[in-house]
Amino acid sequence: MDQIHERLTEIVGAAYVSDAAEEKFIYSRDQGVQEPHAPDYVVLPGSAEEVSAVVGLANREKIPVVPMGGGLVLSGLTIPQKGGIVLDMKRMNRIIEVNEKSHYAVVEAGTSQGMLDAYLKKHHSALKHSLPDAPPVATIAGNIAIHGSGHLSQSEGGFHSEMVTGLEVVLPTGELVRLGSCSTVPGWFSRAPLPDLVGLFLGWNGTTGVITKVGIKLYPRPPYHDVLVFMTEDIDAAPDILCRIINTGMAEDINYALAPKPDYLNGFQMTVINITAHSEEELGMKKKIIRESLRHYFETKEAGFMPVPPNLKANFLEVPQKALSKFADVRKGGGFEYVGAIMPLEKIPQACRAGMEITGRIGITYSLGARIIGRGHSAMFFFAYPFNRADASEVGKVARALEETNETALKLGGIPWKTEISGQQLILRQMDPQTRELMEKIRGVLDPNRIMNPGNWEVA
Amino acid sequence: MHELKFDPGMCGRCTTIDCIMKCQYLHYDLKTALSEHERLVDGEQSTILTDCVTCYACEEYCPYHNHPFYLIVDRQEELGVHPVPKPLEKSQVVMMGPRGKIRPKTLSPPVINMCFFTVMNACIRGRLFEGASLIGGSDIFCNLMFLHFARNSTIRQRLPQMIENIMKNYLEPSGVGELVCYHDECYGTYTSWAPAYGIEVPFRPVHLFDFIYRRLLELKADIKPLGVTVAYQRPCSNRLCPHTDHFVDDIFSLIGARRPKREFEYEHALCCGGVPEAQQRFELTEELQAKNVEDMKAAGAQYCVFNCPFCFWTLAERVFKAGLVPIMMSDLCLMALGE
Ligand SMILES: Cc1cc2nc3c(=O)[nH]c(=O)nc-3n(C[C@H](O)[C@H](O)[C@H](O)COP(=O)(O)OP(=O)(O)OC[C@H]3O[C@@H](n4cnc5c(N)ncnc54)[C@H](O)[C@@H]3O)c2cc1C
Ligand code: SF4
Ligand code: SF4
Repeated sequence: MDQIHERLTEIVGAAYVSDAAEEKFIYSRDQGVQEPHAPDYVVLPGSAEEVSAVVGLANREKIPVVPMGGGLVLSGLTIPQKGGIVLDMKRMNRIIEVNEKSHYAVVEAGTSQGMLDAYLKKHHSALKHSLPDAPPVATIAGNIAIHGSGHLSQSEGGFHSEMVTGLEVVLPTGELVRLGSCSTVPGWFSRAPLPDLVGLFLGWNGTTGVITKVGIKLYPRPPYHDVLVFMTEDIDAAPDILCRIINTGMAEDINYALAPKPDYLNGFQMTVINITAHSEEELGMKKKIIRESLRHYFETKEAGFMPVPPNLKANFLEVPQKALSKFADVRKGGGFEYVGAIMPLEKIPQACRAGMEITGRIGITYSLGARIIGRGHSAMFFFAYPFNRADASEVGKVARALEETNETALKLGGIPWKTEISGQQLILRQMDPQTRELMEKIRGVLDPNRIMNPGNWEVA
Repeated sequence: MHELKFDPGMCGRCTTIDCIMKCQYLHYDLKTALSEHERLVDGEQSTILTDCVTCYACEEYCPYHNHPFYLIVDRQEELGVHPVPKPLEKSQVVMMGPRGKIRPKTLSPPVINMCFFTVMNACIRGRLFEGASLIGGSDIFCNLMFLHFARNSTIRQRLPQMIENIMKNYLEPSGVGELVCYHDECYGTYTSWAPAYGIEVPFRPVHLFDFIYRRLLELKADIKPLGVTVAYQRPCSNRLCPHTDHFVDDIFSLIGARRPKREFEYEHALCCGGVPEAQQRFELTEELQAKNVEDMKAAGAQYCVFNCPFCFWTLAERVFKAGLVPIMMSDLCLMALGE
């Protein structure tokens, strides 16, 4: 056994460190099209102290460290580009506190979305957190580390990173720090009024440190749900339609989608509007107001609300949406990647056309759509491409499509989200040089040996 | 090709305009009804075309069987009136279209046509349906639902092929001449719509209630009377075959169910609300459903029995919340047989 392996074993225990070929194989790849790279070690820490010790060791030895949650980001951000340690956080999955009155939960970083949701349903059934549509093993920390979004992003304040009330982080040099109110007083209730350091770890893809605890906002879980599905065949109407719905203030989640399959939906767009309420009356009233906002469209018969039979309704009401995971495997062979571009609402029609043009030309299937974020301040527009990983030519086509889509998203005035390293480079090239320099300075200060998730957000 | 057998002269001589005057959704006086109907017959735009709920009831109301509703649908299509938003309409046309997957099969009678609703196959079980063969799906779908979409042309175009598919793939190879229609819509197609458009139906359609009634007679000794009060949600397509309505009473008397006196029953039955919802008439949907379920409750019904799966999906939750048990007719009968 080499020395590093020995030291890691001392820190986390023999059961939680591995350099076995089969583990290295699994941790070398994800579901997307990025080239695999094997780590030298896979480590599963059990506590913040263990994380601190592992990162401290890595910093001294200049070994790359790649934090990993569910490993579901799809764009290769947990693939260890330069080997080193993959720090799999899944053992750190304790739910430490739920504050019902101040509406937040404190969880360890490896806590999965599914675990927190199940815990809240069981012990604090009046509260929920915003769930992404990712498979439920995705972690809270992995999701906020990339500015994820979910089913409360439209109604309750935007990206999940905006719902963070505090963090505990192990810096690349091994120190354990707390950020937000928890740095000063016992409660994890707020980032304000302190200078906001939390942002140093959000959207950085694990390049600035390892998040070990997260304070996350909780919201009421109203018992009544329903869904309205508005069907259109004019892509250009999307911004207006979405805006009208948003402006009612009645919708919890709003998702817009189009796909060539099934054939009876080809050429149409669906806006799925989820509504929650505390009573039947409130639900009815909200539906009425939303419908009224689109009267102009349905009266002309150019668009309309689809009657949703109960079996379909049950699917639409699911959180997270299993349909998305099913779509991810529609080509079989387990390959799936998407460009999620954060963009202004008015760009949706152009994004749809671009997605159809690119996939049509390259010859792959697609699902396109958008989730509304923060009452319309932006949309997460997805260009989703499932593929068969066993088919090299299909993998190549999807890789090309992703690259072109990233470029197109930027041209349209959007910014690719959680994008692959090549996409990050595209963004950096277009970024204001002063901003780029600031990013670089910050990383230099936090991570002098450049051990954290190398390759990501690297200014060339 | 397949023109509607409609006699304008008959309407010209008609003084009561029952088709419109009895309509529960268009509230015209006789003078307006006369003039609007005349416009309709003459192929001109009429408020009938835009306000019609497509409840099919005027097919039953016309004492001369002159097919006023089919005329409405033809005119809507000719004049480009879309009762349902266009994207919904177009998508349905593709969704319900034939897939060309049908293959010949030898079946043993009784052959039950499940229409498009193969999801309801599980309802066909127990002694009531012993030995039955089921067929269904898009390749034998009657397409009559397009009456709600002003698309008689779609029915005209698809139905002959569907009939041929049924004959060539199922009935002929099996030497069977009778087809039990699970859904009123199919039965109405073969006994009303097809003859109205001069399309020949080479098999004998049997209404599900007729079939169930005869089976129950055979199993009479095993029936344990239910002793419950049951409201019946009459579907729109039963308006095309009102002569089958008596089977509800016949079946009820065999299984010991009581059909309560209701305001919205028989000729005055109310639409389940599904179609007005698709037409984006949400206030009307709400009003109809509320009236209907209130009426069932006021009549003391404990169950609400359906034959149309679409009515069931539309109304079941509301019925249940009102304290009634929503149930399909076949299941109600199985209950009486202790199954
Ligand atoms: C079908 C499907 C649907 C999806 N839908 C959504 C959706 O609706 N919304 C959404 O936001 N995403 C969605 N995703 C994308 C992705 O799965 C999620 O964002 C997921 O939450 C990422 O979390 P993870 O734990 O898997 O992160 P990982 O993939 O493990 O990591 C993501 C990034 O965060 C870093 N990281 C992980 N843990 C830490 C830590 N403790 N400290 C510091 N850095 C860390 C990693 O290094 C990596 O850069 C979807 C994915 C799929 C497959
Ligand atoms: S359709 Fe029948 S009821 Fe209506 S006007 Fe003609 S004959 Fe009279
Ligand atoms: S179909 Fe119904 S709503 Fe339309 S005119 Fe006939 S009775 Fe009236």
